[in-house]
Amino acid sequence: MSTILTRRFFDQIAVMFGREARKPVAIEPAAQKIHLYKRGNRDLIAEKLHARAHAVHTNKWRNRRWATLIVVNLMFTFSFWLDIQILEGALTASRFIGFHLIDLNSALQVMLAHKHIIVNLVIGTGTVFVLWLLLGGRSFCSWVCPYHLLAEFAEKIHLYLVKKKLVTDQNMDRRLRTWSWLVFAVLALLTGYTVFEAISPVGIVSRALIYGPGLALLWVLALLVFEVFFSRRAWCRYACPIGLTYGVVGIFSPLRIRYKLDGCFHEGDCRKVCLVPHVLDTVIKGRAVDTEIPIGPDCTRCGLCVDTCPTGSLSFDIKGLSNLL
Amino acid sequence: MSEPEQPDNEIQPETQKPAVAKKPPPSRERLQQSRRRWLRTVLLTGGVLGAALSGYLPLVYAQKKRLRPPGALDEKDFLSSCIKCGQCVQVCPVEAIKLADLVDGFGVGTPYIDAREQACDFSCDAVQCILACPTGSLVYKKPAFLGVRKGAPLATAPILKAKEKDPEPTLNLTERIGVARLTRPEACLAIQGKGFKGQARGASFKGLLRYMEVDRWKPVRISDHPYDLAECDLCVRECPVKGAISIETVFAPDGSKRKSPVVHEPCVGCGVCEMICPVEPTCIVIEAREVWNT
Repeated sequence: MSTILTRRFFDQIAVMFGREARKPVAIEPAAQKIHLYKRGNRDLIAEKLHARAHAVHTNKWRNRRWATLIVVNLMFTFSFWLDIQILEGALTASRFIGFHLIDLNSALQVMLAHKHIIVNLVIGTGTVFVLWLLLGGRSFCSWVCPYHLLAEFAEKIHLYLVKKKLVTDQNMDRRLRTWSWLVFAVLALLTGYTVFEAISPVGIVSRALIYGPGLALLWVLALLVFEVFFSRRAWCRYACPIGLTYGVVGIFSPLRIRYKLDGCFHEGDCRKVCLVPHVLDTVIKGRAVDTEIPIGPDCTRCGLCVDTCPTGSLSFDIKGLSNLL
Repeated sequence: MSEPEQPDNEIQPETQKPAVAKKPPPSRERLQQSRRRWLRTVLLTGGVLGAALSGYLPLVYAQKKRLRPPGALDEKDFLSSCIKCGQCVQVCPVEAIKLADLVDGFGVGTPYIDAREQACDFSCDAVQCILACPTGSLVYKKPAFLGVRKGAPLATAPILKAKEKDPEPTLNLTERIGVARLTRPEACLAIQGKGFKGQARGASFKGLLRYMEVDRWKPVRISDHPYDLAECDLCVRECPVKGAISIETVFAPDGSKRKSPVVHEPCVGCGVCEMICPVEPTCIVIEAREVWNT
């Protein structure tokens, strides 16, 4: 990796923890050439209009993702209802055909609160760590988390209301999520209760799907109402420590979205659909530091940008494998 | 969606100054915006933290003590180690284990047993819930660093009546989860010398119990198993643990002799006696997390 890309790699980690995305200080010559070519090139406008007119908007990745998310959650539900024992437990901890799987953030809360770690906990946590290391870290959020799906529907309503000028998106400081991670870790350590688990909408929704609904869903409903009328995707963007935990796992994941500079018209459609648009700062005109750029660890690998991009400049990529394929 | 995004006009080709160049002072509008954003952020933080810590409320206002599944650690340790996954719920053959809701504060999603509705009758033989627990909230034997309350350990491994003829008749359980107590002796049928005929908890009761003479591996509804007893001894008759409760002759305060159920040390607190008691409300209850006092 070139020094410029290495710098960007660390930059993206800082961005995940809440720093604002910055303009690059240095750009690879090859990328600079493309930037210069695009500057004031009148032909590009015609090309852009042409590409837009012929772009086929698909929901391929969204549909695959929704199907995966629903199937995974239904596997939990039906394993219990029909007693078929494929995926027993809930998203916080489960057994897949007997193998322990334990959610990293829940495991962390338990370890900090209980201050004692048993073997099964280590095995389950390790398995899940390796699983999401391979699958992209925050891909847990968009491909498995049931709250994510609910929030996606809430987001649609929110965007409709914004379009009708009935509400505005009140954005917040993203550093809040890092603080929330720290605060809940410290709370678990000091109080000895898994404080975050009591309000985690992921656990609440997952248990409601498997063991039946309860009053705790009111808290989830309150979060969704907040997101619809006040702040777009507020929980996932500014509060959820689970997202940050998996984001850290995703730092080293080979599976990510890759951006190719040359075909991009810098229209920003991808940033409008993105849950975490700060990871797509590189698509802003003049910002890409190289001709091909891996998107940072805070990306949930949801594929909405891949579906939306009219030029195919964003695509799924597996590090090391893309050259072979 | 179709309008192009504002390009980053300030960025110049590579040759020019780095991005750290002098910035113009932010406009009042900008400052106000960032102040508002800061305020919102603080509000959301307060909201989320408030919600999280509201979990303390039910703990502060002493709520009903929950009867936890067999092998549960002491309450504080239990709440800190339970990962709220419900795997214990899934393995229980009589579905005795339920998950707590919002009113339980930090206990939301933790397992408990409502013995009157469905007690643990150990029809799984192996205490499956302990086996299922991934975090050691339910344990066969407590790790050394956790304290053991006096009176909580069972003197000997409890003998399961259903397994009495097996080569290994004991239950793998070292501590009790509670103790049965006769709370309403005046209403107890045995004390009054009355018998009992019919379905112990009425026709609509959904509770299950293992009857060895029916099927060792398939617990049936108590309502499908009516009784006809000259003298009621249901709590003793259906107790799954050997020697935990018996009918004894005792002296009433006026000196007269009468019969009464008496709880003994092997009681593990499973709650079958509470579930089976035909009197409404029940005469015998499990004192959750109670220890044996001699």
